[in-house]
Amino acid sequence: MSDWIAIAMLDEIPTMGARKLQTETQEIAVFRTGNDEVFALRDRCPHRGGPLSQGIVHGDTVSCPLHNWKIDLQSGEVQGPDDGCVNTYAVKVDEGVVYLNLAQAESAA
Amino acid sequence: MSKQKLILIGNGMAGIRTVEELLKLEPEMYEITVFGAEPHPNYNRIMLSPVLAGEKTIDDIVLNSRDWYAEKGISLHTGDPVVEIDRISRQVKTASGNTLSYDRLLLATGSNPFIIPVPGHELPGVVGFRDIRDVEMMLESARQHKKAVVIGGGLLGLEAANGLMKNGMDVTVVHLMDILMERQLDKPAAELLKASLAESGMNFLMQAETAEILGDDRVRGVRFKDGSEIEADLVVMAVGIRPNTELAQQAGLHCERGVVVNDTLQTFDPRIYAVGECVQHRNSCYGLVAPLFEQAKVCANHLAMLGYGRYEGSVTSTKLKVTGIDLFSAGEFNEGEGDETLVLQDPAQGIYKKLVIKDNRIKGAVMYGDTMDGTWYFQLLREETDISGFRNTILFGQHDLGDAGHGDETRVAMLSDDAEICGCNGVCKGDIVNAITSKGLFTLDEVRTHTKASASCGSCTGLVESLLASTVGEGYAAAPSKKAVCACTEHSHDEVIQAIRTAPLKSMRDLFDYLNWKTPDGCSSCRPALNYYLLANWPGEYQDDAQSRFINERAHGNIQKDGTYSVVPRMFGGLCTANDLRSIADVADKYQVPEMKVTGGQRIDLFGVKKEQLPSMWKDLTAAGFVSGHAYGKAMRTVKTCAGKTWCRFGTQNSTGLGVQLEELTWGSWMPHKFKLAVSGCPRNCAEATIKDFGVVCVDSGYELHIGGNGGIKVRVTDLLCKVETEAEVVEYCGAFTQLYREEAHYLERTAPWVERVSLGYVKQRILEDEAGRKALFERFQYGQQFAQIDPWRARAEGAEAHEFTPLSINRMRVAS
Ligand SMILES: Cc1cc2nc3c(=O)[nH]c(=O)nc-3n(C[C@H](O)[C@H](O)[C@H](O)COP(=O)(O)OP(=O)(O)OC[C@H]3O[C@@H](n4cnc5c(N)ncnc54)[C@H](O)[C@@H]3O)c2cc1C
Ligand code: HEM
Ligand code: SF4
Ligand code: SF4
Ligand code: FES
Repeated sequence: MSDWIAIAMLDEIPTMGARKLQTETQEIAVFRTGNDEVFALRDRCPHRGGPLSQGIVHGDTVSCPLHNWKIDLQSGEVQGPDDGCVNTYAVKVDEGVVYLNLAQAESAA
Repeated sequence: MSKQKLILIGNGMAGIRTVEELLKLEPEMYEITVFGAEPHPNYNRIMLSPVLAGEKTIDDIVLNSRDWYAEKGISLHTGDPVVEIDRISRQVKTASGNTLSYDRLLLATGSNPFIIPVPGHELPGVVGFRDIRDVEMMLESARQHKKAVVIGGGLLGLEAANGLMKNGMDVTVVHLMDILMERQLDKPAAELLKASLAESGMNFLMQAETAEILGDDRVRGVRFKDGSEIEADLVVMAVGIRPNTELAQQAGLHCERGVVVNDTLQTFDPRIYAVGECVQHRNSCYGLVAPLFEQAKVCANHLAMLGYGRYEGSVTSTKLKVTGIDLFSAGEFNEGEGDETLVLQDPAQGIYKKLVIKDNRIKGAVMYGDTMDGTWYFQLLREETDISGFRNTILFGQHDLGDAGHGDETRVAMLSDDAEICGCNGVCKGDIVNAITSKGLFTLDEVRTHTKASASCGSCTGLVESLLASTVGEGYAAAPSKKAVCACTEHSHDEVIQAIRTAPLKSMRDLFDYLNWKTPDGCSSCRPALNYYLLANWPGEYQDDAQSRFINERAHGNIQKDGTYSVVPRMFGGLCTANDLRSIADVADKYQVPEMKVTGGQRIDLFGVKKEQLPSMWKDLTAAGFVSGHAYGKAMRTVKTCAGKTWCRFGTQNSTGLGVQLEELTWGSWMPHKFKLAVSGCPRNCAEATIKDFGVVCVDSGYELHIGGNGGIKVRVTDLLCKVETEAEVVEYCGAFTQLYREEAHYLERTAPWVERVSLGYVKQRILEDEAGRKALFERFQYGQQFAQIDPWRARAEGAEAHEFTPLSINRMRVAS
């Protein structure tokens, strides 16, 4: 039943920053915004594959470190004028622990 | 409801452009099938000339890759020509026996090269110039044979001749008339063209009529009507094209010279549309892409059932794509009765311009040598503008007086917004400028992707580049001091700097609040700038915010396009010992660094390092005595030095020693942008000190100090600041200048544009005239350096910011819990 996996303590992710999560098959970027919301996206920019976890986080947006495309953390959509979309994954924070749900992501994707 | 079926016959430029236009309007309306006789996906036929000339490859000229068709859900059949259209059962049949029905059919079969039916025209070695196969055959001949004859001295013939010559062939152009390109040029322009081609080695036989092609199993020569002969191993027929109407005729569609269409590009069968070179519209057939693309737009509009586009014919202009030759013609350039002509001729410079005028309106233009104003004349022509107001100066161009050096740039800047820049794709100046400003484009390639301007034949590349220069340049020069930092605020850089100093503001949060930032935590443009300003103004007090730095500065390495990093150890003044090199080599081995190179700033770059490896690699480098080279940052980069007095017979002062000293002074300092230094031992200037942000050229009597230079996209040579006599002075002036720049330049403004903005006089006044001010600047610099010269590598190797370098893993917490 429990598809929620604990991946980190909230404190381990820098505010307005991100950590990269390495799974067996892929890399996921786990973001923490200025007001402590947490989001998880596939760590690949839809433009040229830039590592989003290395970008600058502002508001609910991350700017890709390679060519500065801006990606909405909630929806995974690239903001205009560019086009594209990144997979998002379900995450939640419970008593300072960050949980990720990969199963839910698969059905959503 | 199932989709309607659209079949396109002819996988070429006009047909596919129509499909592209259609997909823009109605991506889902049709199930589209494309049949092409050639085995290739759609490519840029225009570019066959540069391919033949070796300036481009076939891969370069593919316009729509097979992936594109797949992505758009188009089923593509290459190498399978349609052989029959059955209009009653609405089906097409192909050579391979495929039968497919359509709801609408689009004919875009292009044209065939006209092969003069003289005896011998079918011999191997006789070829037209139309498709990739022809080009491959010509290139093959060029490898094995020497002599080529090109029949036809028009656009196509000359481009073929030029290409064959570039491939080492001995080329003769045979032309029926006494004027080359007589459909585009008048006699004087044609003579200039001929002279310049002859100079490059092309031979001409004018007023020669081909009678027979000689040869048994391959061409051997050409005989003319007057009985004379010349040798040839290859004969290229470029005497014209014939619209390819075979299929249409056989299907009973009304054809004259081409397939006849109306203003909505419909043939006499309303289910069948036709575009491109195969059509005849209002009695004209076109052989250039611009009109075909206009047709495509209108045709797509009707296929999409919008029904409001009308094609009313086109006026065309021509440019010859032979590198190094500038030629433009448009309209009716041979004067008729009652016409006047304006001519400018400068044989010494190889410039010729002629305008044919009637009732104060331009009817035609021919230009050779200087074609910059071609687009302007062409616009006046199409818009039938009354030119009486500026007839006297019209030949000198739109911009006739008073600019030294910025020729192209100023002239394009003066074109009106609806002036067409790219004739192939019909893109106007306004569209381009808009795209540049609204989308923040900086490069030709970006403009190409966004607007398609200059993406077909490339003749307008120069214009697009000038536009880019004038647009970006304008935006920069017009109001730099009033420009807001970014969309998060109305305040300018200067206002922000001022507030940080006087309020005073010592944290990002205070700054956001005090200046009413519109976003809760800025954006990726302003945060790095603010972080820098706070750091530069409050050294030791402001806590650097890693999350406001670009990844390069956060990870202290250069992120590369594959997400790995590069590492550059600092080597002061570029000096090193065998031991240094050995330690670097050991590190490279230990971490299996895939590539190393010596950088332009005389340091060693280790490429391809994974982020997780960085701290331990730095640990090893730190242990060997290295500090970070800051090759990644908006920071002091390197001091480049020359061989210097110890070894070089020209050396004057201890230039390498001085270089080391300057690097020891400045390393670790964060800057508005990257900052490079150099010290040369004498005016031969082997360290290239005069294109550095701060450069020292040693002379017998002391040291020349140069500022504000850079290499890069726009090279700027330094300005001479002053000459000083002692090393101590060099150090002081260097520190003071650096600090002035650090305190007053805008973030991401290099010294070159900064010096131009504030003026050399201002810098001189602050550094030379105000001695107390200079000393104070130098002191502030030294004070700041206490906090800056902490090796980031050592700190991180010892565990600082560990989270930056260790990925999370799924299993970690399971074990913990
Ligand atoms: C070397 C060269 C240089 C040129 N330079 C310039 C220039 O500088 N500027 C300019 O504006 N124009 C230039 N042109 C002209 C320009 O390339 C053409 O006007 C344009 O390509 C015509 O487009 P189209 O779609 O009508 O025909 P094409 O691009 O020729 O496409 C027609 C396609 O239909 C295919 N086809 C024919 N019959 C059938 C059938 N029965 N079934 C299936 N497929 C079929 C053909 O094989 C061909 O691939 C140049 C042309 C050449 C050859
Ligand atoms: C401001 C926005 C943009 C910037 C700064 C930018 C910058 C770049 C850079 C630096 C590269 C080279 C990548 C590398 O190899 O490392 C690149 C490649 C590319 N970009 Fe962008 N880009 C931007 C927007 C766009 C947009 C909007 C598109 C398309 C709609 C686009 C399409 C491409 C393509 C197709 C390539 C690959 C080109 C190739 O190598 O074949 N870019 N871009
Ligand atoms: S700049 Fe002068 S001193 Fe230095 S290497 Fe060149 S010639 Fe020698
Ligand atoms: S010149 Fe500079 S930016 Fe361009 S490819 Fe080389 S290293 Fe990259
Ligand atoms: S890879 Fe992300 S913007 Fe280019």
